[in-house]
This record gives sequence, C-alpha cells and structure tokens, in this order.
Amino acid sequence: MSGYNFAYLDESTKRMIRRAILKAVAIPGHQVPFGSREMPLPYGWGTGGIQVTAAVLGPTDVLKVIDQGSDDTTNAVSIRAFFRRTAGIATTESTDAATIIQTRHRIPERKLREDQILVYQVPIPEPLGRLEPRIAETRRMHGMADYGLMHVKLYEDIARHGHIATSYSYPVMVNGRYLMSPSPIPAFDNPKMDQMPALQLFGAGREKRIYAVPPYTSVKSLDFDDHPFRPIRAPHACELCGSRDTYLDEVLTDDVGGRIFVCSDTDFCAERQAMKEAAE
Amino acid sequence: MYVATKGGERAIGAAHAWLNEARRGDPALPELTAAQVEAQLGLAVDRVMAEGSCHDRGLAALAVKQSRGDLIEAAFLLRAYRTTLPRFGASQPLDTNAMTIQRRISATYKDLPGGQVLGPTFDYTHRLLDFRLAAAGGLPSGAPEAEPSTEATPRVTEMLAREGLMQREPACEDEPGDLTREPLSFPADRSLRLQALARGDEGFLLSLGYSTQRGYGNNHPFVGEIRMGEVAVGFTPPELGFEIDLGDITVTECQMVNQFKGSRTEPPQFTRGYGLVFGHGERKAMSMALVDRSLRAADLGEAADAPAQQQEFVLSHCDNVEATGFVEHLKLPHYVDFQSELENVRTMRASVEAAK
Amino acid sequence: MSTNAPGATGTKSPGATSTTFPGFADPVLDAQASFRAVLQAMSRPGQVQRVPHPPELPPGLSPAAAAVLLTLVDAETRLCLNAGPVAAAWVRFHCGAPLVAAGAAQFVLDSEAGLLALDPGNEEEPERGATLILEVAALAEGSGWKLTGPGIRDEHRLQVRGAPANFLADWVTNRARTPCGVDVILCAGDAIAALPRSVAIEEG
Repeated sequence: MSGYNFAYLDESTKRMIRRAILKAVAIPGHQVPFGSREMPLPYGWGTGGIQVTAAVLGPTDVLKVIDQGSDDTTNAVSIRAFFRRTAGIATTESTDAATIIQTRHRIPERKLREDQILVYQVPIPEPLGRLEPRIAETRRMHGMADYGLMHVKLYEDIARHGHIATSYSYPVMVNGRYLMSPSPIPAFDNPKMDQMPALQLFGAGREKRIYAVPPYTSVKSLDFDDHPFRPIRAPHACELCGSRDTYLDEVLTDDVGGRIFVCSDTDFCAERQAMKEAAE
Repeated sequence: MYVATKGGERAIGAAHAWLNEARRGDPALPELTAAQVEAQLGLAVDRVMAEGSCHDRGLAALAVKQSRGDLIEAAFLLRAYRTTLPRFGASQPLDTNAMTIQRRISATYKDLPGGQVLGPTFDYTHRLLDFRLAAAGGLPSGAPEAEPSTEATPRVTEMLAREGLMQREPACEDEPGDLTREPLSFPADRSLRLQALARGDEGFLLSLGYSTQRGYGNNHPFVGEIRMGEVAVGFTPPELGFEIDLGDITVTECQMVNQFKGSRTEPPQFTRGYGLVFGHGERKAMSMALVDRSLRAADLGEAADAPAQQQEFVLSHCDNVEATGFVEHLKLPHYVDFQSELENVRTMRASVEAAK
Repeated sequence: MSTNAPGATGTKSPGATSTTFPGFADPVLDAQASFRAVLQAMSRPGQVQRVPHPPELPPGLSPAAAAVLLTLVDAETRLCLNAGPVAAAWVRFHCGAPLVAAGAAQFVLDSEAGLLALDPGNEEEPERGATLILEVAALAEGSGWKLTGPGIRDEHRLQVRGAPANFLADWVTNRARTPCGVDVILCAGDAIAALPRSVAIEEG
C-alpha cells in the first residue's frame, strides 16, 4: 500500500514493540507495558494482536487469521485483508501451512509446530482485573506473586456451585511464577498451551500490554487437588466430521429446540471431512 | 445437510459499498464539501481535532464528512492518521497570555483589565429554532466592527497569585511525558493527566465535572477566566537551535478558581483547575478544568473518594476512541465463549436438579 | 518504500560524528529478519541463529552485534557502548541512542561491564532489566553448557568460547533474582544465541 511502511507500522514503532516482545519472552507470563499505537481498526477488535503480528511478520511468512476458530468470520477476514494490503504477504486458511497464526478466542485443534508463532488478540490482559480493577494494585500483586485473591474466588465458586464456574478466560500459572489470562479462549483450549512447541505471543492494544509464553513452557490452569481443572465442551459429535474430541459450536436449526453441533475449528473440520471422503 | 456460512469477504465489500451510498444520501442534492464542513460546522471540526488530538482543520472536516457526522468515528479517523505521522519534536509551551482574544470572560470580577469580551457565543441566545436558516440563502447581517483592543489582557489567576491568594504552579523544566508514546502508569503526574483530559471525551468529562458540582467531590469552583482566541505555536528545531513560528492556532482555555482550606504547610488560598482544548471548545475546557482540580485532591491532602477524584478511574475511561472500540467489540462474534457458558450453566442446572 | 518511516534509516542525532560505514542494505526487511532471529534465539535459549548484517562493518563490532544494535536500539533506548571510536560513531549515526553508564543502560555492549552491575529491573517492572550484548569467540550447539528452562524441551547444549571467566558464577546470581535480571544475547561472527534470565546453565 503506497504511503505506508511494510506491515503498516513505522520502523521506530516496530522496534519499540519488538523490544517489548523480547522482554515478554524472557519473563514468561509477565505483562510488559508498551506504547500501543492507534491502529486503523478499533480498539477491542484486535489492535494488540495486529501490532504484534506487524512487528513480527516478514515477506516470507504465511499468515492465517481466525476468530472463534473460523477463517471466514468477518473480523478475521478484515484483519487478513489488512495484512495482505499493507504487507503483501501470503495468507492461508490452513493451520498446517501457516507460519504465523493470529487468533481471537481459540487455539487451533491441530498441534502447532516449532516453526509456528501463535498471536493472541487480548481484550483484558489482567487476570486479576475482575477482582481488583486498579492496575497499580494488580501490578503490586504480580510483583509479590500474591494470588490469594484468585484462589479465594475459585474457592467461592466451588462452595456455591460445587465446581469452578469459569468456562473461558480461565486463569493459568505460567512457569510456576505468573498468573496469566489466556485471553477469552474456552477453558477447553487451556491444556494446549502447556509445553506447546510454538511460541505464543499475546497483544492487548487498548490496555497496552504484551506478554508471551515461550515454547515448551509450563502452563497450568489454576485448580485444587480435590477440584481438578476440567475442560468443558459440548458432549456431542461434530455433525460434519464426526469428531468427538474437538470444541463444538452449537448451531440452532429452528426455534423449537432443533440444534446441531459442528467443529469451531473450520480448517480442522474440513481436513477431517476430506480424509473421511477419501477413505470412503 | 448443514453448510457453514461463507463469503465474509463479499459481505464486507457489499456493506462498505452500501455505506458509501448512505453517506452520499440523496444524489439529487448537492454534495457537501469538506470546505463547507470546515467553515459551517466549525465546532464539530474543533471537537474532532480536540478528541482526535491533531490540529488540522481540513483533515478534521474531511473526517466529519467521511464519518457521516459521527464525531467519535471522526476523532478515531484523525487519531489513526495522526499515529502514522513522523514526530519532529515538541513545540514551545503556548503562551495564552499573548492570545489574540476573540472571547474572554471572568465570573469572579465585574470588570477587570482587558474587559469582558463576549465573542461569538451561544450564551444569551434564546434557543428558538431559527427557520430562516432552514430556508436557503442570505448572508447574516454583519456584526458591528470594533477597534481591536490594544489593552493587555492579564490572566485573572496571575492577578490573584500576585496578591498571594492563588497557589503558584511549580515551574518544571522536565520534558513532559507523552501518553501517545509511553503507556500511562499510575499514579500519573499532572502533565500526563492534563494530556489525557485534553483528548478525553467531552461528554464523559462534562458528566464527571457535573458530578463534582452535585457533591461527589465538590471543590467550590469559580470561573476565574475563560479565554478563546489565536496563539502562536513556536518550535525550536534542534538543528537550528532557535525558535521559529509555525503559525497560529485557535484554542480555548479555562482557569477555574477553587477553594483550598490549607494544610499544615500551606496557608488557605485558592488553587486552580486548568482546561485547554483546540478550537472553540468551552464546555470541554470548563469540564476539563473541573476534573483536573478534582484529580488534585489527593495531592492537596483532601479526601479523594468521589469518582472524579480517582485518577485510575477517570484516566482509564475518558478516552472515547478506546471506549467506543471496546464497547462496540461486543458485537463481534463471541459464540465460542458463549458455548462454554451454555455448557457451564447446563451443568450447574443439572447438578441443582440432581440435588433435589 | 516508505514516506513515513522516519526511523527506517536510523535517526541522526545532532552533532553525530559521521561514519562511512553503512547500516542494513534493506533497513526494513533486514531489521525484520534480524529481529526474527533474535526472537527465535530468545524463545529457544541456546539455539544458534544467523542474522543478516550490514555489507561492511566498522572495526570493533561483530556482524551479529551490529545487526542486533540496528534492530533494537534507537533514540528511545539508553545504550552503554564500549567498542572503540569508529564503532561509536557508527552507532551514533545509525541508532542515535543516548549513551549512558552501564548501570543505567537498557542495552549494554561493553566487555568490561559485569552482568551483576547492570539494571535488573524491579519486582513490579522486571521488563526494565537490561539486555547485555556479549561478544564471544565462537558459538556451537551439541556440546558444552547444559541449558534448561522455558523454551527448551528437555535440555539444550551450547558451546560458548570466549565467555568472561566469571560468567557462569554470575549467571547463578542473575537467575536467582528472576523475574528480575539481565538477558544476554551472545554474538560471534554472524551468529547469535540468547540466554534469557529464566534459563538455568550448568557447566558441561
């Protein structure tokens, strides 16, 4: 796109973001403040993820963008088009073919590789934010590794509901040190973060924070010995590919209770359908 | 068989084409030009420059036109443009003492050096719809011309300060921070707070200022002075080493005079709340001054428990570009999380049923 | 390529001694490739990466160290540099970073500067911990130091020739203060390897 630098951001902004990313990688799970810029897309619509991707992306990368697990949701389409336009890079819908995957709310079902980078869009980076809105205070709690508040909250859930009533944005401990928000992915996806071979980068544009999980790093969902973490999924099979171990979307087919369940990860589902067809 | 919806890209393209048609409106009517917006919707342009934190009347007018008059959308357009511009440095502080006055009023004195100058104000207009404006054409009968005043217009707060009644602001030679380059951290100093308020949402600051008047952190404000007019912008390029004049801009400044009961170290005196915005933005400048003074409560040893006195609350929520993005992002698909919540609620209901 | 990328060719600070040595041949894409190598190195401690570097170099800087400086350092970062006057002039011209003492620097390229004399950040802002760019004689994988920690599946072997004598002893102290601490980028020729503060090193 004429008039703009490769991948939109100017070089000094990229350097600033790159410095923040490196510190984030060196301190797994710690939120690094950065001078988030105003982007030509609204705050809350992936500006953090976009800035991280723009700072990382090179001409030989192949970019995949998903929202809710799907490549064809409108905001994913819009972000993919933004990078095609500003960086002229190749894009793909295939998880396998991508070198960088920017995501909102899901981790792909296919196991990611060492040569891939997963960039999460993060609305609220502070895992303690719903319990303590003051940033000055939560920063102190992270400094002291004082996470009693979160344990109390989860314990109250158990006392009231018999189990932990958090189904997404389920907080994790990274490398045994930092409490971290996994972004609003379903708790079902949390176990994929643990020891993932790919680098995981998190960008929160409006809140101006970047954090990271290096490859092969311990990521544990908070729980109690007598109330272990349970990933939740709809107990059904995918209507299209038959999968019983992927995360499913519930699709209403009428207004009298008719519904089907289909894979949220559209690329994974399409691959499985193709394999099924080939086998038949 | 179920087929997932496809064609997001085409849908977006069609929606944008429709938007362009809607913006143009009835093609039988002449198209509005950005120059007309700039000249005739000047206060909208001023507000967009203030909240877009970029002084460029032409671009702001274009943004108003492009956004179909949605001023927050227009401020966002201007911000997104601003962020791509190279940064050459910081101007010299504006000298509003040397302002070419268009309007200047003080509520604390009946008369004062420089006088009361009403200027182009809605004040004292009767808010009756003027149907002559609905009919096209006709130039307004001209305002009477007066000789430009040669009298100096000293600041009210300075006159009070000379008498020892107004707290002096400490001089500071430090390079002020820049919240567009470095993320805000708390507690934020006053220069950063003022930066945030200057680009903050007029409606939000208006309501917060109003809340202080109604008792949520009252600080007994008087309008010491509001002045609006042109000031020169000076810049000293490092390679030249001397100041050059970049031109004049219109700004509105409000200095509130507020009571201060005094502390162990300081005698009772007046303190000030300060507001400064691009263009003619009196409501914003006044609201900003009220909120600025409220945010000083903790520094002045006053109780600071009202919303307008809590800097994390005020500064984290006053930016309408951030706020609108995050509020409006709720319309993006959230069905993955909602599915988790569905299963969660179903599980909880099942365990309640089982326990019966 | 760009009409509004003022930093693309480096920021010239007033009074910079000029240099005849160039920066990256392609300031945008070489910086990106170099960053990806550093990111890969920092994410996978001890893995050796190659970086693109300027076609011609001022004496006193390895190709790798020059690339790392061009990639990460600019007018907004405080740098401590001790690599001779020619390299200093080159850095002033291409990076424009304010030069400060080791203890106040965000980036340090000074073989005299001890790991423990650098800013480790603080508990609330550990990201303020400095990055030490350390020139060594050679880097090779497969034998040598045994590295474990985030970024490494089981263990990783890195042979470093020419590290300062007390480096491993200092590293124990550095790692003990995580999340505070200093991160290190080792440079040899056009190769780099990184040691984030979280990595444990045993002599192999």
